[in-house]
Amino acid sequence: MTRAASPCALSAFAASRRALLLGGGALLARPALAQAWQPQRPVEFVVAAAPGGGTDQFARIVQSIIQKLNLVRTPVIVTNKGGGAGTEAFVYGRGAAGDPHKVVFGTNNVWLMPLVTRVGYGLSDLRPVASMAADEFILWTHAEAAFRTARDLIEAARERNGAFRMGGSQARDTDHILTKQIERATGVTFTYVPFRSGGEVAVQLAGAHVDANTNNPAENVGQWRAGRVRPLCVFSRERLSLTEKVHDGVGWSDIPTAAEAGIGPEEFRMPRTVWLPARTTDAQATFWTQLLARVRETAEWKAWLEGGSQSDLWQTGTELAEFIRQDEATNRDHFREYGWLVEQG
Amino acid sequence: MEGLPALLHGFEVALTAYHVGLMVVGVLIGILVGVLPGLGAPNGVALLMPLTFFMPPVSAIILLSSMYWGALLGGSTTSILFNIPGEPSSVATTFDGHPMARQGRAAEALSLAFLSSGFGALVGVVTITMVADDIATFALRFSPAEYFAVYLLAFCAFIGMGGTDALKTAVSLLIGLSLATIGMDTVSGEMRLTFGQDELVRGISFLVAVIGLFGIGELLATADETEKVEGITARVRLAAVLATLAQMPRYTVALVRSAAIGIWMGLTPGGPTAASFMSYGVARRFSRNAGNFGRGEPEGVVSPETSDHAAGVSALLPMLALGVPGSATAAVMLGGLMIWGLQPGPTLFQDRPDFVWGLIASMYVANLVAVVLVLSTVPIFASVMRVPFGLLAPLIMTICLTGAWMVSNNGFDVLLAIGFGVLGYLMKKLDYPIAPLVLAMVLGDKAEDAFRQSMLMSQGDLLVFWSNPLVGTITTVALLLLAWPPLSRMLRGGAPAVRRTAQ
Repeated sequence: MTRAASPCALSAFAASRRALLLGGGALLARPALAQAWQPQRPVEFVVAAAPGGGTDQFARIVQSIIQKLNLVRTPVIVTNKGGGAGTEAFVYGRGAAGDPHKVVFGTNNVWLMPLVTRVGYGLSDLRPVASMAADEFILWTHAEAAFRTARDLIEAARERNGAFRMGGSQARDTDHILTKQIERATGVTFTYVPFRSGGEVAVQLAGAHVDANTNNPAENVGQWRAGRVRPLCVFSRERLSLTEKVHDGVGWSDIPTAAEAGIGPEEFRMPRTVWLPARTTDAQATFWTQLLARVRETAEWKAWLEGGSQSDLWQTGTELAEFIRQDEATNRDHFREYGWLVEQG
Repeated sequence: MEGLPALLHGFEVALTAYHVGLMVVGVLIGILVGVLPGLGAPNGVALLMPLTFFMPPVSAIILLSSMYWGALLGGSTTSILFNIPGEPSSVATTFDGHPMARQGRAAEALSLAFLSSGFGALVGVVTITMVADDIATFALRFSPAEYFAVYLLAFCAFIGMGGTDALKTAVSLLIGLSLATIGMDTVSGEMRLTFGQDELVRGISFLVAVIGLFGIGELLATADETEKVEGITARVRLAAVLATLAQMPRYTVALVRSAAIGIWMGLTPGGPTAASFMSYGVARRFSRNAGNFGRGEPEGVVSPETSDHAAGVSALLPMLALGVPGSATAAVMLGGLMIWGLQPGPTLFQDRPDFVWGLIASMYVANLVAVVLVLSTVPIFASVMRVPFGLLAPLIMTICLTGAWMVSNNGFDVLLAIGFGVLGYLMKKLDYPIAPLVLAMVLGDKAEDAFRQSMLMSQGDLLVFWSNPLVGTITTVALLLLAWPPLSRMLRGGAPAVRRTAQ
């Protein structure tokens, strides 16, 4: 503890305020985790994104809950390595092989990036620990658009013959992949316009500079509340559970699913995932799995999920590994078809 | 102006003892963070973030934004004293600020910088008080074509107003543009110019480049001309600050012009960096002391500083109204906003007036607090220049190298900074301007993205840059500014006018 750096000093200050509120609760929490392996050194949470976005918030929320409940005895610091659409963090994870004090926070980009661009790591360089949430995708259009339903939008796009502008965040990333899947399912073609972030795409749609986008709920809700954009369908098998009304008497649970709206794909979600470097032991992975399971139970975590209209998606161990294997294989086939696939070498 | 009652309510929120205390703490941390190059405002804000999770949102944003104002001022300090810009937007301050410091006028340069920052910030915050309600609608009119036009305006204003060899300027600009393309390309999703190196995937950090080009390059150049380097012997007192304050009215024209440029670039997506470069370029063209620019001209400090802060302040509102951050620091604050349970967007102004107006009111107070605090540090910082160069040089070198390392905790960045130091030294020796390179690195990739997005959206039609009055006007003004030097010569009927400005 004598090596405690400044971030820890700050958090210690914050913790002292919280300790008053929490009383002995934190002490009760300890024994469950005190069994086998425990972090021996300061822990680094490596975020595969720049500060500010959804992945960054994900890591910082987990960090703040861990500190609040005092779940780890050593300091936890968060660093952002968002270069190359997050690959910087995964390359860093590769370099930290065997070190259980480096925890990497990402999305499905861990296994999708190596398919579309040359990167300095492979999926075997990282060990999946847990998937904790899934961000939903919604098809949106702007307030002045003539179409009222997803089917109308597809028909309008068909008439525009490829000139229909679909905005999205980054190229060959989730928004682009979803746009391609809609094209596959409906047979229309869009002009996909990549921007830097979901926030930018939201503004471009609100200003009617693009015709549609596939933003996550949190990225577009501000403009929806102002009545500048409208949701058409959610790419999920079930409707969203939040009953809150957002604009003009319409709320999250009123958005039809893609299947109800008559377009595809039926489901498209982005898991939020946590990884350790390869060559870490099972006991170390178990420690982090149990810790994240506790984080997931807290009110703060649930509030964060709800605030961003994200779904709970808890997968660990072999179940998670199997999910990743299947998702990677499906996308590999699709990417080959689009001509995106890159041979690593 | 329906904002007034709302603003008064905002002052009620901002002027509690707790909040003023937070401002002082925030500003002090900010100055500290700003003075250490590499640590920088975004990292500082990210470090403080966990502390704010359990505060009321308005207190949290007051703490973080105060820190941001402090960091901006701290960044100007290192620009002037050591030629190391702490933030992209304080690069233009080095052009005349550092020469002034080397002539023994460090206290004057620092005071000028802080006072003009304060003026810029004040004008900025008064403006946003008046236009707060319409800001979201205005900002929504900006499609990629308008973005590109604004960046083009910044480029043209700076380059077209330049006095140096046009060919050398072009070389420097093109090197900057190439450096800006390194890493992942937004539009194609491909890696560019990484040569298979993992280290290059995240691109070249702007901060690392300026630490090398300016900080280390300047050190090498100074070491080269050792005979001329002397420590400054005069004692620096607080009176120097007051003397500078009395001089301020002399720069009224520069102040007003720069504040106007700053506010325009802050409300449009240009941002503080573009604003400070553009303002410097325009000042160099229209100032009566044009010939003295780059050699320690006070107006060359006043202009970029004023518009930097005017833009920094006025850019905060579009960010809240749209949820699109204009800088790395703003991105961190925006992330915080969501964690505090607030949704940035046009309705934030109606849903949470206490938050928005509390923030606006705090900007009046915090900027005042920041300027007063930072002015009181002038004698301490200016005294640094009295240390003999032989002692100071290794210290600056250490600061530069640790700064380069701290940007992303990476050893490769240290090597890069040294490489850029050598490049900066060579450019100085061969009389190539460094500023166009820096401007191209900051705005180049954004301008490129905006151009290619426009081309995708217009199916390759260049007329998109004249497709409506807004974008058409900006593009035309940009091209006029670029063609200004030959144009003005033609208009004035040739040689006599040129000779007169040269004197």
